[in-house]
Amino acid sequence: MSRDVRPPTPASLLHQWVSERVSEEERVWLDDKRAEIGEGASGQAFFLAFSAVPRRLGKADLALTEEDLQDADAAREGWQPDDWSVDQAGRTLLALALPSQEADAYQQTLERTFAHADVGESVALYQSLPLLPHPGRHTARAAEGVRTNMTSVFDAVALRNPYPAEQFDDTAWNQMVLKALFVGSPLYPIYGLDRRANAALARMLVDYAHERWAAGRPVAPELWRPVGPFAEKEAVDDLKYVLSSSDAARREAAALALSQSPSEKADAALADEPELRAAIADGRLTWKRFSRKRVADPH
Amino acid sequence: MGTDSEMYIDPHVHMISRTTDDYEAMRDAGVVAVIEPAFWVGQPRTNIGAFQHYFGWIVGWERFRAGQFGIRHYCTIGLNAKEANNEPLAEKVMDLLPLYLNKEGVVAIGEIGFDDMTALEEKYFHRQLELADELDKLVLVHTPHRNKTEGTSRSMDLCEEHGLDPAKVVIDHNNEETVEEVLDRGFWAAFSIYPETKMGNERMAEIVEQYGPERLIVDSAADWGVSDPLGVPKTAQVMHDRGLSEEAVRKVCYENALAAYSQSDAMSEEDWLNPPPVDQRQNYEGNSVLRGGREPVVEAPERTVEEDPVIE
Repeated sequence: MSRDVRPPTPASLLHQWVSERVSEEERVWLDDKRAEIGEGASGQAFFLAFSAVPRRLGKADLALTEEDLQDADAAREGWQPDDWSVDQAGRTLLALALPSQEADAYQQTLERTFAHADVGESVALYQSLPLLPHPGRHTARAAEGVRTNMTSVFDAVALRNPYPAEQFDDTAWNQMVLKALFVGSPLYPIYGLDRRANAALARMLVDYAHERWAAGRPVAPELWRPVGPFAEKEAVDDLKYVLSSSDAARREAAALALSQSPSEKADAALADEPELRAAIADGRLTWKRFSRKRVADPH
Repeated sequence: MGTDSEMYIDPHVHMISRTTDDYEAMRDAGVVAVIEPAFWVGQPRTNIGAFQHYFGWIVGWERFRAGQFGIRHYCTIGLNAKEANNEPLAEKVMDLLPLYLNKEGVVAIGEIGFDDMTALEEKYFHRQLELADELDKLVLVHTPHRNKTEGTSRSMDLCEEHGLDPAKVVIDHNNEETVEEVLDRGFWAAFSIYPETKMGNERMAEIVEQYGPERLIVDSAADWGVSDPLGVPKTAQVMHDRGLSEEAVRKVCYENALAAYSQSDAMSEEDWLNPPPVDQRQNYEGNSVLRGGREPVVEAPERTVEEDPVIE
């Protein structure tokens, strides 16, 4: 490999992946539009091209390989385009082509695009947030994405997206995690889930579990993952209660959470379950393995 | 019921006014796709933000909501005749239309046409036909409730003046008085099975018996008024019961609408028979309307097609 080959950027990777999956004519259309937009074509030209992407390029999945995904993470840490499709990649390339030196004008164009977006456009835009310039300017918009009732749009912000972990304050972050449970999305694909755990979130999650119990509704075992490191007193009692369940997934989740608790009471509770404690000690039971085995991926 | 396994399209229904019970009943009756024409919403809008929100709603949340019930949702975008009479607002809507016409699932410009047949209605009818010609879009024409025969003829005159191919124009809300001319002039003739004011479905069956099924389309036009979102499957039932051939019923309750609107590149049978994975993840057959992970309610809605399919 020659020395002057630059490491791939998200844009160069997206372009390569799209090019490999569309016809020559389709690629030329995309390149022309990127060039026009980059040269400052009117906002209208951007909106029309952005809307037309699925009709022009189709909606096939990119179906990326492990190697592609490693390239993605190397180009932009935390970027996980596992579920991206050709139209989403094409739309992201158009958004990345927008001139962005003038931050206000750039943000205005982006906001207008969000305001007029259909379902597919919203998903593409929220997914692309971690790749866009001026990241600090999009936090209110991302929080708006969390308020949606369209699960696909919510998931585009919350799952496999490093933007919230990097930009959200605790209030917005905690709302996002709680809402993920509320809409039935899994927690493990939330980037930074463990790193951003905090005491306030743990309290909110425990309260939510109590609400569910009071209503006789099931509690997703993953709820206890961000609770564990902050579980003391009553929360440990709750975990002991979950540990006494007959459901294997619930018992494993409770044991994992207890193993992360700073409380001595938690150690004592876990001592009563030597098998689970041993599985955790020797790495057979981890949150990662638990997610793979026990949590259905909606994708 | 002989129509249990049939698929239906309701190519004119205002789902934003309907409940989840309606979606369940439609799905259970075999409706696989609906088209939501942009229209007025019961009272006139007073600013452009209301239009923007409405267009965003029918390409966004409503499309998503329908998908939760396994129904594919499409729409048309346009400035309706009633609100064309507010000229300053109409101008702003005209600027907004191009932003929405290329969106996913937008199958036509519509519903446009006449209401009171005023000069302003005609002006914006012309302007939108120009836009259809320029952007190569299909057109859905709403024909007036009053002065219908003249309004329908005049609507087709305008389309012809603009050189539009009649095969790319659907004339809606027809009745016994208008059908012949619409068919003779080569347009698609749609009928809204809407109790009391528009068509009844026994009359509809008679029209199919008289004219044959070619280029006839049945819809419900169900909205916020007393109307019936099962208009299409119930009409199919009535036509079956009267002995119309399965082929004829399939044409007027499914195939013709598909043939007309799939001329846009925004609708295809594959969308519901073999949807791309990204659609299944995004907006088709998820379950977020059943919020909080609640299990779907299992008892079926009371209304079914068999009970009393006649709409008068």
